[in-house]
Amino acid sequence: MFESLAARTAHQAERSGNFELWAWFFMRVSGVILLLMVLFHLFWMHFVIGVENINFAVVAERWENPLWRIYDLFLLIFAWTHGANGMRYIIEDYVHAPGWRVTLKTVLLLLYFALISMGAYVIFTFRAP
Amino acid sequence: MEVTVRIKRYDPEKDGEPWWGEYKVEVDETDRVLDALHYIKWYQDGTLTFRRSCGHGICGSDAMRINGYNRLACKVLIRDVAPVITVEPLLGLPVIKDLVVDMEPFFAHYRAVMPWLINDEPPPPRERLQSPEERELFDDTTKCILCAACTTSCPAFWLRGEYVGPAAIVQAHRFIFDSRDRGAVQRLEILNAPDGVWRCRTIFNCTNACPREIEITKAIAEVKKALIFSRL
Repeated sequence: MFESLAARTAHQAERSGNFELWAWFFMRVSGVILLLMVLFHLFWMHFVIGVENINFAVVAERWENPLWRIYDLFLLIFAWTHGANGMRYIIEDYVHAPGWRVTLKTVLLLLYFALISMGAYVIFTFRAP
Repeated sequence: MEVTVRIKRYDPEKDGEPWWGEYKVEVDETDRVLDALHYIKWYQDGTLTFRRSCGHGICGSDAMRINGYNRLACKVLIRDVAPVITVEPLLGLPVIKDLVVDMEPFFAHYRAVMPWLINDEPPPPRERLQSPEERELFDDTTKCILCAACTTSCPAFWLRGEYVGPAAIVQAHRFIFDSRDRGAVQRLEILNAPDGVWRCRTIFNCTNACPREIEITKAIAEVKKALIFSRL
């Protein structure tokens, strides 16, 4: 049964292409980018604005500037893609029953697109009253 | 000095479940754990089963879990693990009896990376020459003795036996970075599978477990790097 393993590994490599390779590479690159973006985000919100001052008006004023909208959009995309792929790794590692595996990965994928779309929708369409 | 050796025993013909055997052994602190196992087998309980061959850290037969770490029983001194020594079979491979595990899944992964020289070019009249610098690239990974301590210390392998595992990647590394070999592309393709090198989560257990002190996680990273750069 194990002799077919080499053949199966080769077949698997062919079928899946470079997806895992790019996923791994994305995790490294986005990790570095997130480190900088999240630190800047925290610095801005905590020290420049101050947590006690954050309210609707502050966010509305901030989004007057399209650069902040782009910043927040990228923060959303990088953070959630990085996090969702990490959750995919956990499912791959720990969930072995094929049914559960497919179910959880499907739920994760739907959740991923739902939250990305909701966030992007707000960022693009928000108008200060 | 007297030490207590706790051994996870299992005989599939008699035991429904593995059980812990406890043995009091009189040993010197400079004896090895292997000596304690010998003492138990020779004078206390002849049914104790374990693998060992050279007894000098070269053959790789007596890898086992000693006080929670994968070690060669012939390379661990009593004084470093006394007074209570817990010995278990390697994790992640089926137990055949006591400390003997079925190594076949391990060797199947080993064979999957084609661990032999691939070169169809006509051989030169004498040796295929290599500079010291070219040799240095894979010098570390030539030291592997296939004891399976690394692969069976890897949580990614415990969770998913299909993962090719650190030892097989080390063996692939040994040929991928060998200037005389021409099979790098094929081997990298095999390791690019989802159960190939990408299942490594950089946990570093393999590096800690290796009795040959190979920097395994680094070797895995070099393979990942070679794959990424072959695509960029």
